[in-house]
Order: sequence, then structure tokens, then C-alpha cells
Amino acid sequence: MKDTIIYFFTDSVAFKVLIGITIISATSGIVGTFSFLRKKTLVGDAIAHSLFPGICLGFIFSGTKDPFYLMLGSLITGWLSVWLIDVLTAKSKLSSDTSIAFVSTFFFAIGAVLLSFISGSSNGNQSGLKDFLFGKAATMTNDDINVFVFLSLIIFLVVILFFKYFQLISFNKEFAKSIGIKVNLIEFLLSTITVLTVAIGIQSVGVVLTSALLIAPAATARYWTNNLPKMLFYSALIGVSSGVLGVFISSTKENMPTGPWIVFILFFFILLTLLFSSNKGWFSMVRKQRINRQKMAEENVLKVFYQLAELGVKNVTYSEFLNKRQMDTKELTNTIVSLIKKGFINNDFQLYKLSEKGEVEAARIVRFHRLWELYLTKRLNFKEDHIHGTAETIEHLITPEIEKELLKELKFPTADPHNKNIPY
Amino acid sequence: MELNDFLTLLTAITIAVSCSLLGCFLVLRKTVMVGDAISHSVLPGIAIAYLLSSSFNSVFMLIGAAVFGVFTTLLIDFFHKKLKLQEDASIGITFTWLFAIGVIIITLFTNSNTDLDQDCVLFGELSSTFLDKIIIGDYLMGTRSFWMIFPVFLIILVFILFGYKGLSIISFNEDYAKSLGINVGFINLIFMSLVSVTTVMSFESVGAILVVGLLVIPPATAYLITDKLKRMLIISCFLAITSCIIGFYLSILIDVTASSMIIVVSGCLFLLTFGYINIKKTLIF
Repeated sequence: MKDTIIYFFTDSVAFKVLIGITIISATSGIVGTFSFLRKKTLVGDAIAHSLFPGICLGFIFSGTKDPFYLMLGSLITGWLSVWLIDVLTAKSKLSSDTSIAFVSTFFFAIGAVLLSFISGSSNGNQSGLKDFLFGKAATMTNDDINVFVFLSLIIFLVVILFFKYFQLISFNKEFAKSIGIKVNLIEFLLSTITVLTVAIGIQSVGVVLTSALLIAPAATARYWTNNLPKMLFYSALIGVSSGVLGVFISSTKENMPTGPWIVFILFFFILLTLLFSSNKGWFSMVRKQRINRQKMAEENVLKVFYQLAELGVKNVTYSEFLNKRQMDTKELTNTIVSLIKKGFINNDFQLYKLSEKGEVEAARIVRFHRLWELYLTKRLNFKEDHIHGTAETIEHLITPEIEKELLKELKFPTADPHNKNIPY
Repeated sequence: MELNDFLTLLTAITIAVSCSLLGCFLVLRKTVMVGDAISHSVLPGIAIAYLLSSSFNSVFMLIGAAVFGVFTTLLIDFFHKKLKLQEDASIGITFTWLFAIGVIIITLFTNSNTDLDQDCVLFGELSSTFLDKIIIGDYLMGTRSFWMIFPVFLIILVFILFGYKGLSIISFNEDYAKSLGINVGFINLIFMSLVSVTTVMSFESVGAILVVGLLVIPPATAYLITDKLKRMLIISCFLAITSCIIGFYLSILIDVTASSMIIVVSGCLFLLTFGYINIKKTLIF
């Protein structure tokens, strides 16, 4: 490991690759965040495919592999592709994904035709063009790095200068329009920096995998924070760390491709985040759901105990309970055990009874239920036989604040629409 | 017409028609990008099958393709529905990851002597398919690539003919189909594995990226012209055949790869249709 690190800082070629990849992944992470928020990540895929004919055209017209001409060509076809996707989606009944797929394959096919045209015309100079397809992380030159640095500086500058507008457009385009922002212009700017980013991105990982550089860091960062500047920072950070890791892994063996390893690592970042993220991750969601279900089951059981007590049944057996409300026996047992632990229910062999604490809690839930039923009939003119279902759900969600409002609104009522007491 | 040209065209047309039949449903169900993703994600399937059998000509290939097609669909659904990631990102992440795995497998386990490389998977070479002829006794039975795609074509045809009613209901109103008790998820999986099998059976001839062109462009053009499913299927087949014939001869004329030229031609037909319809609209109103 130590050897590898020393190697990277002493060997100038390897160092160059590392620098190049770092720049590319940071830029993609930042620009990708905006594409992600605008739900236009697949446009990045289409752009990547559309750069191919541009690169070929740049080569045909200039006769050289000078990165400047190739970049210029790709910029033009990249723009064209974004424009064409917009036109097709707006002016035909095709869905946006059909338009994207059409543009990407159509442009790519043109590129393939041009490439075979170039190869056929016995121009021995074209060998480097294929690098654009599969990336050439391992063979970056000084010229390439200079172009990357120059372009990414421009991109950073644009993002900083127009940050406020980009933010508005990403989150609420209609609002941006309504306060007089030239949405078309800002979108044009955004597409331009996306095209530029993709253009330098395909140099490292190639056409197919570039969209991963745009999507994955941004998607991962989205699960870490809700704050846009932070999200941009995290996204760049994730991009750079996967880039660097990818370079290290691919350097361990000869002929190992860099791009695919970067994508591989990016995928694990996002998978881990999606599964384990503390607020929106899958496991925390499942836990929250379980806690919620448990809470609702407990409240429902307490409510039934209260209703039975109203009918005069204070000591309740299982069968009496199940006659009042259908419930899975196992679930009922678990819930009652948990309620006994919490001290809401006391038991005497097979007979169960609300404790004092339990009576207060049960009264609270019944109160919410009946208040809501009353509210539905009085204020929303619901029929009396339609209100129970909604109240069943809402009783678990009412907070003390809402309760206060309801009481004030209904002027502290004593009876619900079915003429039952509202307990306080 | 020369025999070799005929054989090449026959392969191209069979592939194009199979793709556009499937593509009609992709376009209608707005799942084109899932099809696109599948055509990329079968790469590891191809690589693994090739490693196991060291040839492109095997049942392994079919199984690998079908497995990875279904796996892609399930993975996208898992990201989108279970993990709540937005759909475009789910698709993008899934297919790039699988494609990356494919490339890694190819570079790790194959050496420079094998036929399997990224170029051939991405581009394919239609014009050399006639070299691999199957001759039984004294009779020419067609090319190997034709016999690879032809059974798939028959399966697609049977699938569409027998499942026509169900497929059309699913395509236009998925919720209604569900309420009728049609197993939408299952049909979807079969459908997506058909897409991946078609991709794999044709990647040698047209390449993985260009297969998407055949899946999307003729059906999209047909959809611009008509709203009726039956007509859409017929028109898109017709467009696919036309593009194959024009594209093939154009490619010979200017000496470029035939498969890409076919896509370019069908793309031009699409743009012409799109332009014509929009001009007609502006003239009427």
C-alpha cells in the first residue's frame, strides 16, 4: 500500500492520471447534482452518446486529434442533442424517455458511421478516437490535463456566479419563471456546463459509464443532506473519493480498466447509503414503520378496552375483546404484553383491565377519534356513516396542538355524532 | 441480388422486425430507457457465458441474457420502489454498474486472443455475418446469425399473437389490467427477458447500443403516425424493413458499417415524419 502511494507521487504519469480523474469526478459530482435535482440525469447519457459524432466531425474538419477541435465538435453535437430532446418532448406525444433514447442512439449511430468512414479513408491518425468511447484514463497527456483544468475552472466559475439561479430552477422552475428569471437562458447555461462536463468525463470512463459519474454521487449526496451547498460538496467529495479509489485499484494489475472500477465503487457508495442512511435509508424506514405499526396497534387495543368499559365490561377476556374488534390473536398477545410492561393494562390470569394510567391514555385516543368524527360532520358536512374510517386513521396522528385547535373550533363539545360521550 | 447480400439483409430484417415489435410496447409503456438499460446490462451475462463455454454459440448465452435482463428489471424496481430513489437515477445507476462489471470481467479473464472485446459488443459487424454459413449436405441453410435470431423472432411473434389482448390492455392502462387480474409484473418480466434475449442474439450483428436504436426508432415513428396498436405494430415493422434495405445499400455505396447506417436511415425517417406532422399542424391551425 505504501509502495503504491509513493509510486503515485513519484511517477509523473500516474500522478497525472490521479489529478485528471480528481478534476473530472469533482466537476461531474457538482454538475450532476443539478441534473439529478431536475430529474434529467438520463439526458447526461444521451449527451455522452451524442458527443461521439461531434468528435468525429472535429477530427474530419481539422484533420488532427487536437483536443480543442474535438471538444468544439462535441460541444456542438452535445448542444444539438439537448435541444432535440426538448423539441421532441415538447412538440410530439412521445414521452421524454423515448425522446432521450431516440436522440442517443441516432447520434451514436451517426458517430459510428463517421468513424467507419474515417477508418475507411485510410487516415492513419484516427486511432485515438476510440479512446473517447471507452475512456483512456491510463494514457492522459499533459495537453488533456490542461484542457480539463481550463474547462472545469470555467464550469466552477459558472456554477458560483449563477448559483442562485441554478438553485431556483432545480427546485421550482415555475416559481423562477414567475419572478421574471430568464429560465431558457439559465437552462441553456446548465445544459452547456453539462455538455462540457460529459465531454471531459467520457475521456476517463467512456461513453456508457459517464452518466454514472453524473448520477451516482449526486444521488448519494441527496440522502445525506437537504441543503444544496452541502449536497454539492458531498457529491464532489464522493465523486473524488471513488475516482481516486478506482485509480488505485486499477493500478494494481496491468490492463485493468479505470472507469469501470470507479463506477463499481460509486455503486457501493450509493447502495450502502440507500440501505443504511440514518434518516431516509431502507433499514431506518423499516424500523420506523415497525414502531409506527406497534404504536397504532397499542392505541387500538386501548381504545377497545375503553369502549368495553363504557358498556360495563371492566375485566376483559380475549374472546370478549375479539368479539368487539377483529384482530390477529398473536398480534393481540404481543400488544397486550407490551401494554402490561408499560403499565397501561393490569392482568389477573385471563382477565385484563385498564390501569389508571391506561384509562387516561385510552380516553385520550377515544377523545381524538370522537372529536374528529364531530369535526367531519359539523365542519365538512360528512354523513354520519362515512366518518368512522377516516377517524380510525387520524386518531393516531393528532398532536396536542391540533387537539387544542379542534376543541376551540368545536367549542369543547361533550357528545360525538353518535351521541357518545367525549371523555376529557 | 447477390446471395451474400440477401443473407445479410435477411439477418438484419429479422433482427429489426423482432426489435420493433418489442419496441412498440416499450414506447407505449414509457419504459424505453429500461430497454436501453437492459441492452447494456447483458454485457456481464455475455461475458460470463463466454467464459463458461468459450463461444458465442450456446445455450449459456441465452440463459445469461435472460437472467441479467430480469435481474436488471428487478434491480431498477428495487431502487425505485423499495429504496425510493427517483426513477431516472435508478435506471442510470443500475445499467452503468452492470456494464462496468461486464467490462471488468472481460479485461480480467480474457486475453487479447479472444474474440470478445468491447468493440464487438458495442458495434457488431453486420456485413461479416454472411461469412458464417450453415451448410447441411449440399444445401445452404442460411447464416448462423440468422438462425440465432430467427427462433427469438418466432417466440416474440407467438408471444404477441397469443398475448395480444393482455399486452394491449397493459400498454394503455396498467391499473385497469391489474384490476382484471392480469399478472402485470410477471408479463413485464417475460417481456424484459425477451428484450434481453433479442439484444444478446443480435449484438454480434448490430451491437448493444445500436439494438436500442432498432427498439426505439421505428416504433416511435409509428407512434407519431397512429394511435392504434395493430397499425403501430405493422407500420413499425414496415419502417424497420425499409430502413434495413435503404441503410444496407447506402452503406455499401459509401463504404461504412451497415448496422449504424440502418439506424441513421431510420432516424432520418423519424425526423422526416416528425417534421411533416408538425408542418401539417401549423398549416392547419
